[in-house]
Amino acid sequence: MQDTDHLGRPVVVVTGTGIVTSLGQGKDANWAALTSGKSGIHRITRFPVAGMKTTMAGTIDFVDVPELSAPALSERLAELVIGEAIAESAIGAPGDFPGPLFLALPPVEMEWTQRLALAADSGANETVTYDDLLRAAGSGDHRRYYERFLFASVGENLAARFGTKGSPIATSTACASGGTAIQLGVEAIRRGETETALVVGTDASVNPESLIRFSLLSALSTRNDTPEKASRPFSKDRDGFIMSEGAGALVLESLAHARARGATIVGVVEGCGEAADGFHRTRSSPDGKPIIACMRNALEDAGLSPDQIGYINAHGTSTPENDRMEWTGVSAVFGERASSIPISSNKSMIGHTLTAAGAIEAIFTLLTLRHGLLPPTINYDTPDPAVPVDCVPNVARPAKVSHAISNSFGFGGQNVCVVIGAAG
Amino acid sequence: MPHDRDAVITGIGLISCLGEGVDAHWSALNNFAPVTDDTSFPGFPLHPMAELALDKHISKREQRQMEPWQRFGTYAAGAALEAAGVKGNTDLLSQMHMIVAAGGGERDYAADAAILSGLPKAADPDAYLNEHLLSDLRPTLFLAQLSNLLAGNISLVHGVVGSSRTFMGEEASGADAVRIACARIGAGQGDLFLVGGSYNAQRPDVLLHYEMGRLLWKQPFAGVWDRQAAGGGMLLGSLGCFLVVESRAHAAARGATALARIASVASDRCRRGPGEATANARKQLAALDGTYDAASAAVISGASGAPAATAEEKEFLTDLGLPARAGASAFGHSLEPAFIANIALAAMAVSHGTLFPPLDSAEKPMNTPLRDALVTGWGHWRGEALAHVTTP
Repeated sequence: MQDTDHLGRPVVVVTGTGIVTSLGQGKDANWAALTSGKSGIHRITRFPVAGMKTTMAGTIDFVDVPELSAPALSERLAELVIGEAIAESAIGAPGDFPGPLFLALPPVEMEWTQRLALAADSGANETVTYDDLLRAAGSGDHRRYYERFLFASVGENLAARFGTKGSPIATSTACASGGTAIQLGVEAIRRGETETALVVGTDASVNPESLIRFSLLSALSTRNDTPEKASRPFSKDRDGFIMSEGAGALVLESLAHARARGATIVGVVEGCGEAADGFHRTRSSPDGKPIIACMRNALEDAGLSPDQIGYINAHGTSTPENDRMEWTGVSAVFGERASSIPISSNKSMIGHTLTAAGAIEAIFTLLTLRHGLLPPTINYDTPDPAVPVDCVPNVARPAKVSHAISNSFGFGGQNVCVVIGAAG
Repeated sequence: MPHDRDAVITGIGLISCLGEGVDAHWSALNNFAPVTDDTSFPGFPLHPMAELALDKHISKREQRQMEPWQRFGTYAAGAALEAAGVKGNTDLLSQMHMIVAAGGGERDYAADAAILSGLPKAADPDAYLNEHLLSDLRPTLFLAQLSNLLAGNISLVHGVVGSSRTFMGEEASGADAVRIACARIGAGQGDLFLVGGSYNAQRPDVLLHYEMGRLLWKQPFAGVWDRQAAGGGMLLGSLGCFLVVESRAHAAARGATALARIASVASDRCRRGPGEATANARKQLAALDGTYDAASAAVISGASGAPAATAEEKEFLTDLGLPARAGASAFGHSLEPAFIANIALAAMAVSHGTLFPPLDSAEKPMNTPLRDALVTGWGHWRGEALAHVTTP
């Protein structure tokens, strides 16, 4: 492999990864579960689900944090996966990562626990208004709430703990955020600003309000009786996505730098593409143009033709609309090969990890290439004639793949595709 | 030496309590009178948004899908595109990259209050919360709250679809948005960018947040530096600011006029131990050695008024000795777009060749021509940034 790519830019490789999902902690546990077709989706026990239309999720219940909140657990998950990725990469020194941090993070907002605590502190009896909360905010000590719910706090704490360099960037492009974080890291290395970058996507925002917000948009599956069978991308009877939690971290590095320090190369980030959609806040342009442009931009950036792609890690959310639109895009880009190229959805097992999905699924794509094994799309019982994909139904399949593409399409029309190549 | 890949500003969309557009701001800054709202949130003064003719840049139908934070941003983005001569130009808009610095959107305050009032008395508080969230939350409000949906609205309303990224993290997100756009232009990773953000200070939840941090100024108006003697504090301000930033070659090829050049942007962080922010700023300043003449340079400061950071920055600026103006004295502190708005002030000042008069008793007049502006962006909590804005 040469140190520079088809455009003379530094080749960007991955030298370490870390994952936590509802399937477990660490990439070994995750890979074993993912390739044996296990589901991490379960009935929610974190909070009472009385009255809710959707009562299941892929929450991570095996990681404890004091004063649980979305940013607190998101930060803790990020710490776990960064630790794993840095250990594998063996880069820098403890607390001294030699590059910047790019973090895909869910939006941060004070939650009901804190709001109710302030209301109680206000001493208001009959009716509570924001005036009462404002009064309570300035009395007593609520500074820890203030700091916890700053948007900058997760990135700042991670940067301080792992000693990343420069200003940490926390990004949100909804369900494409993980892809955007990878792209920011790749671009920084290609610009020659840094030899390495730490990329992490994390999301632990399953709480009553966020679940209900998605539910009100009719985006979630309501197949509550059988949570492990609820996420069924590409099946005719798919009825929505499953909110899930997780995190994924990647150590990106220029090939020259990785080679010089004798690092083991996990895989190559060959290209990234993005395109925004101006059609609708939650729906894709019906002609699929932005999705098509996004995949084509990624392939062009990687210097590859569609024929060279051997596997697609689908966005595959299991909503009726997404899976159909993704097929529209794939069939336009891949033409006659569209229905024979394997395209599977990790979300059938881990659910939709939202902000973290792009990072987690890029890592699963790296593992797919590395192990020569395609993870399945589980719960594929009823093929959808309108989406005639080879989704690697239900059982993992051995396959040697050199180049793959990982898709992420977000609310707000933000789309990112990442092209991953096998090491060596 | 001019270079094809210099990052130049070809359009500014700026709205705040001082009005709309660069001319209105320039005139207000030269005849400064503070605009505050002391009554909407008694005891919590702030700088309110000026009256806007929203229809000019956002259709009525789309306005209804948004709350003020998104309206301010989408409006300012439209104004920037118009100023740069890009608005409605589908070819250019489809290649335009967008980086938005964003927090989150407004909540339904009445729904929150009803739940906070009813829940403690409910027989089953958890079921009460679920039931009321399900029945009281408007489905579309979620889309008015998500951080990335300001960018989503700009794609939808103005057709900016080359790419769309949103950065979060208070002041630093604005600084990094400009930094990344300029770095990408410099490296040929894009030619045409829309960079900006907006802030709605007229919200009980943001006042609540900074009140929990004990960071708000609750006395009659005083400039950022003048407040320090009385303990300091932030006066938040509603604001929207977007910049069209492009490579010099791209601007020239389409016949666009460059107002100013962003010669450099640096950003860093520290734990804010004693002197750490100053050390970051000194490093950033040292990197600019020899790129500007102190005799024709001034500082547009991003000081927020928050006591610790403002006091330390004041000392740093006193050592530096250049005339300085704190943008937050003029239009309040606006977190995410604050740095971007101060770049806009810097661009206006260098394009006029003069600095506007002091906004505060601590600021010195500058009667000599201005050529270079250094824009500081010390976050009220974290993040230190420095930009150098100069003539094109």
